[in-house]
Amino acid sequence: MENNSNFETRKPPVATTGILGWCRQHLFSNWVNSFITLLVIYFLYQLIPWFLDWSVFSADFWTNYKGELIVDRTFCSRVADPEGDHGACWAIIIVRFYQFMYGFYPSEQVWRVNLTYFLLVVALLPLLIEKIPGRKHLIKFTIAFPIVAFVLLYGGFGFQIIPTNKWGGLLVTLVLGVFGIAIAFPLGILLALGRRSQLPVISMFCTLFIEFIRGVPLITLLFFGMVMLPLFLPEGLNLDGLVRVLVAVTLFQAAYMAEVIRGGLQAIPRGQYEAAQSVGLSYWQMNRKIILPQAIRISIPSIVNTSIGLFKDTTLVIIIGLLDLLGIGRGALADATWMGLSNEVYVFVALVFFIFTFSMSRYSLYLEKKLKTGINMGAD
Amino acid sequence: MKKLLSIFAVLAFGFSANAGTLDDVKNRGFLKCGVTTGLIGFAAPDDAGNWAGFDVDVCRAVAAAIFGDSSKVEFTTTTGKSRFPTLASGEIDMLARNTTWTLSRDVNLGFEFVGVNYYDGQGFMIPSALGVDDATGLDGATVCIQTGTTTELNLADFFRANGIGYEALPIETNDEARENLFAGRCDVYTTDASGLSATRAQADDPDKWVVLPNIISKEPLGPLVRHGDHQWGDVVRWSLNTLIIAEELGINSSNVDDMKSSNVPEVLRVLGVEGGYGEMLELSNDFAYNIIKQVGNYSESFDRNIGPDTPLGIGRNLNALWTDGGILYAPPFR
Repeated sequence: MENNSNFETRKPPVATTGILGWCRQHLFSNWVNSFITLLVIYFLYQLIPWFLDWSVFSADFWTNYKGELIVDRTFCSRVADPEGDHGACWAIIIVRFYQFMYGFYPSEQVWRVNLTYFLLVVALLPLLIEKIPGRKHLIKFTIAFPIVAFVLLYGGFGFQIIPTNKWGGLLVTLVLGVFGIAIAFPLGILLALGRRSQLPVISMFCTLFIEFIRGVPLITLLFFGMVMLPLFLPEGLNLDGLVRVLVAVTLFQAAYMAEVIRGGLQAIPRGQYEAAQSVGLSYWQMNRKIILPQAIRISIPSIVNTSIGLFKDTTLVIIIGLLDLLGIGRGALADATWMGLSNEVYVFVALVFFIFTFSMSRYSLYLEKKLKTGINMGAD
Repeated sequence: MKKLLSIFAVLAFGFSANAGTLDDVKNRGFLKCGVTTGLIGFAAPDDAGNWAGFDVDVCRAVAAAIFGDSSKVEFTTTTGKSRFPTLASGEIDMLARNTTWTLSRDVNLGFEFVGVNYYDGQGFMIPSALGVDDATGLDGATVCIQTGTTTELNLADFFRANGIGYEALPIETNDEARENLFAGRCDVYTTDASGLSATRAQADDPDKWVVLPNIISKEPLGPLVRHGDHQWGDVVRWSLNTLIIAEELGINSSNVDDMKSSNVPEVLRVLGVEGGYGEMLELSNDFAYNIIKQVGNYSESFDRNIGPDTPLGIGRNLNALWTDGGILYAPPFR
C-alpha cells in the first residue's frame, strides 16, 4: 500500500474508453470496418428519414391534406393529389381495423374475442413470470384455457354459435399459431420419446410419422386436411374447415418439435439416465424429473425457432381460402374503395407479425438467460 | 348378373343424384356460396364486412329465389386451387368465382356450368404514350405474363399467328404485374380484360394507360354446381337467367312493384302474377320478383359493381343484351 501511494494513477488513453473508445474498437478498428460503417450510416441516413416521412410525417391518418375525413381511396392525399409529396394513407387500416382484428365476427359478440385475448394473457402469465403469486392455481387455468377459449370463441353453453367462416384476421392467425404451438408441444415430446423408445413398434410408428410429415410441404398437408380428411371421416361427421386446418398445422408442427426435442434428448449424457434408474425411478418419473427438464432447456432456442416459423407459416392458409391477417389485407385491396393501397396493407401486416415474432424471440432470450442454457452440463 | 349390377348402379347413382341440394339448403336456412378471396368488382368484403360484387350478386340472387331474402348466404372464400375440391366435397352449394367454362371442367371434373354471367377474354394493356392502337403493332414488345396460365399459351399463339415477336417477362401475381408495368419494365400486360380494367383503375393517372380492343381468347365466366343434381342446377340456372330476362323486359328493382300490373304477358309470368313457374322449380311463384326486388336486374348489378361509373369502368361490350349488340341472351320464361 505504501509503495503504491508513490505512483500517480494514470487514466487509460482517451481513445480506448467511453463512447469514443467503443466506436473505435467496434466500428473503425481497420479500414474495411470503417468503410462498411460509413456505408451503413449512409444507407440508414437515406432510408430512415424517407421511411419516417412516408409512414408518419407526410402520411394521412383519419384526414387528408385538405382536412377531409377519408372514406375511400379517392380521398387519400396521394391519390387525390398525385403530383404532391404525400406519404402513406393509413385510413384503410383504420377503417378496416375491426376486420383486421376479428374478421367478420359479429360486432355485438366481439367482447367474447376480446375476453379470450385477455384470458390468453392471464393463461400465459404463470408461464412467463415464475414468481407470480398463486402460480399453482393459475397453471390449472392455463391447462383449461383451450376449452374456455373454444367455448368463448365458437359458442355453446348458452353462447350464440359463431361459425368459423365468420372468423378472420388476427383471430385466425392467433388461433392457428397459439393452438398449433400449444398442442404440438406435448405431442412433439411424446413423439420424440417414442422415437427413442426401445419398443420397436412404438419407435417405428413415431419415426414413420415424423418422417412422413417432415417429408411433405405444409401446403400439401393443408390440402390434405381440406380435401382428403373429410373422406376418411364417417358419413355425417362434418369437421369444421378451421379445425381441419388446425389438425394439419398441429401435426406439421409436432413432427418438427419432436426432432428438436430429440436433439435435446441426444445431448443428455448416459450417466443421467443411469443415475435416475439407479435411484429406482420409473421410465416416466425419470423423463419427467431428470431428462426432459434438461433436454427442453437446451432445446429452447430451436423450439422458439420452429414456433416462430409456424406462426409465419399460418399465412399459407390463404391458399385454401381462409382469411387470416394477410388474407383480410388482400380482401381490403380487392375492394374498389381501397384498391391500390397495397404498400400500406403489407407494411401493417408485416408490423403485426414482427411484434409477435419479436416478442417470442425476446422471451426465449430471457428464458435462456434465466435457465443458463449455455452451461456445459455434465462436465462441471 | 351384369344387368343387375348396372340396375343397382343406376339406382345408386339416381339416389345420390336426388340427394337434394335444394332441400338441404332449405332445411339449413341459408345458402353456402363459394367466392374468391377478393377480386376487384367481382367479390370483396366492404368496410362493414359484407360481401359485395358482381359474382356475389349471383349468390344473393339464388338466396333471394329460395328464401325471399338475399342476405341468407354464407360466403366461403376459395382460391384458384381450392375452389373445385371445395365444391366437389359438398362444403359449398354453388361456386360463383369468375371461373371459365371449359369442356374439361364441365365434363371431367364432374361439375355443371349453369350459364355465363360475364363474357371475358384476354386482352392487352399498354401505355398510351406507345401510340399503338392494335395488338398486331406490338412487334418486339416486352410482355408481362402470368406463368403457368392459359394466358401464356394464348399469347404465344396470337403472336405466332401474326408473325410478330415478343419478349416475355414472367411474373407471378397481378400486383407484381402492375408494379412492373407502371415502372416501365414491360411495355405490355396481358390478362383477362376485366383484370386489365382493374389494373388500369389503380394507376395514379389511368388516362396514361389504354386497353387495346383486341380480344384473343374466349373466357366465359359463370356459376357452377356439382354434376348430377339437376333440380338444384335448374334453380341456380334460372336465378341467373332471371337477372338477364329482367333487363330484357325492363324490370328493375325500383319499378318491379309497378310492373306487377303490366299488360305484357311475359312480365306477369316472370313476376309470378300468372302461371306456376316457381312451383316447377319447387320455389315460391314470386321467386323472380324477390330476385329483382332485392338484387336488381343484370344491368343494375353490372353498373353497381363493374360498370362505367365504378372505378373499374368496364363497358358492356360482349355483355350487352343481344338486342344491343352483345351476346347476352336468356331462354324465354314460359
